[in-house]
Amino acid sequence: MTTRSERGRLGRPRPARARSVLSGLAPLAWIGPAIALIAFAVLWPVVKMVQSSTTHWSRYGVNLGSNGTDNYNKLFKEQDLSGVLERTGIWVVVVVTCTVVISLGVAQLFNQKFPGRTIARWALIAPWAASVMMTAIIFKWMLYPGYGFINIILNDLGLVDRNSTTADWLGHSGSGFMWEMAVAIFVSIPFTSYTVIAGLQTVPAEVYEAAKVDGASKARTYFSVTLPLLRPALLVATVINVMNVFNSFPIIWEMTKGGPGYDTATTTVFMWILKGQNIGESAALSMVNFALIIVIVFAFLKVSKWNSEADA
Amino acid sequence: MTAVTTSSQTSRQDRVPNPPKPPRGLPSVRKILMVGGAYLIALIFITPYLEMLLTALRPVKEDSDPTIIPKHFQWSNFTSVFSGDSSFGTNMRITLEVAFGATFLVLLVALPAAYYTARKRFRGRKAFLFLVLVTQMFQPTAMVVGIYGEMRDLNMINSVWALIIVDAGFNLAFAVWILSAYFSAIPVELEQAAMIDGATRFGAFRRVTIPLAMPGIVTALIFTFIAAWNEFIVALTLTTSPDKAPLSVAVDNYIGQYTVDYGHLFASTVIATIPVIVLFGLIERKVVDGLTAGSIK
Repeated sequence: MTTRSERGRLGRPRPARARSVLSGLAPLAWIGPAIALIAFAVLWPVVKMVQSSTTHWSRYGVNLGSNGTDNYNKLFKEQDLSGVLERTGIWVVVVVTCTVVISLGVAQLFNQKFPGRTIARWALIAPWAASVMMTAIIFKWMLYPGYGFINIILNDLGLVDRNSTTADWLGHSGSGFMWEMAVAIFVSIPFTSYTVIAGLQTVPAEVYEAAKVDGASKARTYFSVTLPLLRPALLVATVINVMNVFNSFPIIWEMTKGGPGYDTATTTVFMWILKGQNIGESAALSMVNFALIIVIVFAFLKVSKWNSEADA
Repeated sequence: MTAVTTSSQTSRQDRVPNPPKPPRGLPSVRKILMVGGAYLIALIFITPYLEMLLTALRPVKEDSDPTIIPKHFQWSNFTSVFSGDSSFGTNMRITLEVAFGATFLVLLVALPAAYYTARKRFRGRKAFLFLVLVTQMFQPTAMVVGIYGEMRDLNMINSVWALIIVDAGFNLAFAVWILSAYFSAIPVELEQAAMIDGATRFGAFRRVTIPLAMPGIVTALIFTFIAAWNEFIVALTLTTSPDKAPLSVAVDNYIGQYTVDYGHLFASTVIATIPVIVLFGLIERKVVDGLTAGSIK
């Protein structure tokens, strides 16, 4: 180790004192703490989770030794699992698609210059800054049958009687899940819009001038010039949203606890409920969850060839 | 739609004989709609938090027949959450400890790693960056069983340190990426110049590189702080006693109680929410830069 760095030092004529300090230290001195933190906070739990998923646990969480794939077998025999997986798919696709489409419009509006833009933008980022869990709680309150803010507004608009059973949105799995998706979209839009705005600002003004000179209409310019140039930004926004939305927990937890029954539960909520009943099975579901997200993200990156540029 | 076509026609006529004029008259209708739309969206996005504040100020007896703005304001909820046998003050202190602790730890660990990966092409660099990218994918939500198992083995259930370390670990990836992008953008010649002028490598790093990378550092720190401040599911998993829990878990416990005093509940959430919204507002301008540097080439 010393000889190699010594040779490296002799190879390049540089201020000797500064270089000898640096070359004496292996890269580990710089990135070691980061690796240690990742190992402790992320990798250790992963190992622990793999172990837990093949361990037979007593009702009170006492380790009763390995039981191979029993937890997985039990998990795949759960009657509710197929419904939960299907709902998770709907949850991710609907929330991410709506978020990205709406954010494209929002970004267009907030990228223009107008009086009071600072305050308007600040209002837009509020849901990004605020805790998702607390946002879910306030939405639950606003949907309260009888006197929730949203029900009062809908009542005054003549759309829904605020004391009817329809107004008990979260009491029914269909409308409950719809509102949960709406809240998930609501909290995802600020980040996504900002990513699109960042993307819009990398588009050179000349491109628009060229399109104008060619006589392209506004709509044509947007679809043929702006959107293709936004591709990298949209890719990043979509990947990050898929990961966040897939792993989302507090919205459903606070609004319906996954109920009635398991009818609004996605995999993360189901995992949490199982954790209280059978740790091994819950760990097995975590592993399945894990595998799914890795497959989805890598498939997405592969298709979009995003990583090739980052490593260059 | 009509406004759009008219404006493009006018500009086409303008183009040939005259220098382009700033559009007046008709296009402003479109502008008004666009700006109106932006205000409307801003209003929609702030409404839940305004409602949170108004509910905290609404006296309990008005709950059953509320007006949008309460008839009377009751400020006492904000002081009474701290009084009595409530653990709110303790929960607040724990949230502060976790947020500051995790932010400091991320700074300590991410700065050297980001700087080195930005400046040096060393063996294992790609592997390291890949590891960082992968941790970005591993969110704590999917791993609570493993995190719980680890901390139980280490006897760190109900420990603030467990929360600090886990929050730091899961926010490290973003900080390393964003800082690395900022450091890459600073020309190495600036550091070399400082070193020729007699600065040590560390001196050059401290006096030249750090100040130039400050916007990135501030962005990374505030993001980490907010994430740790808001963190819920890990804290829910790792704390079993109300006086060891941060605010997020305390609020969740509050809802689980038999009778919920919504004025109290939302006074707590307002207190927990306002600091992060203000903090985020401060870096609002930097967010676009940060995102551009961190993720979009």
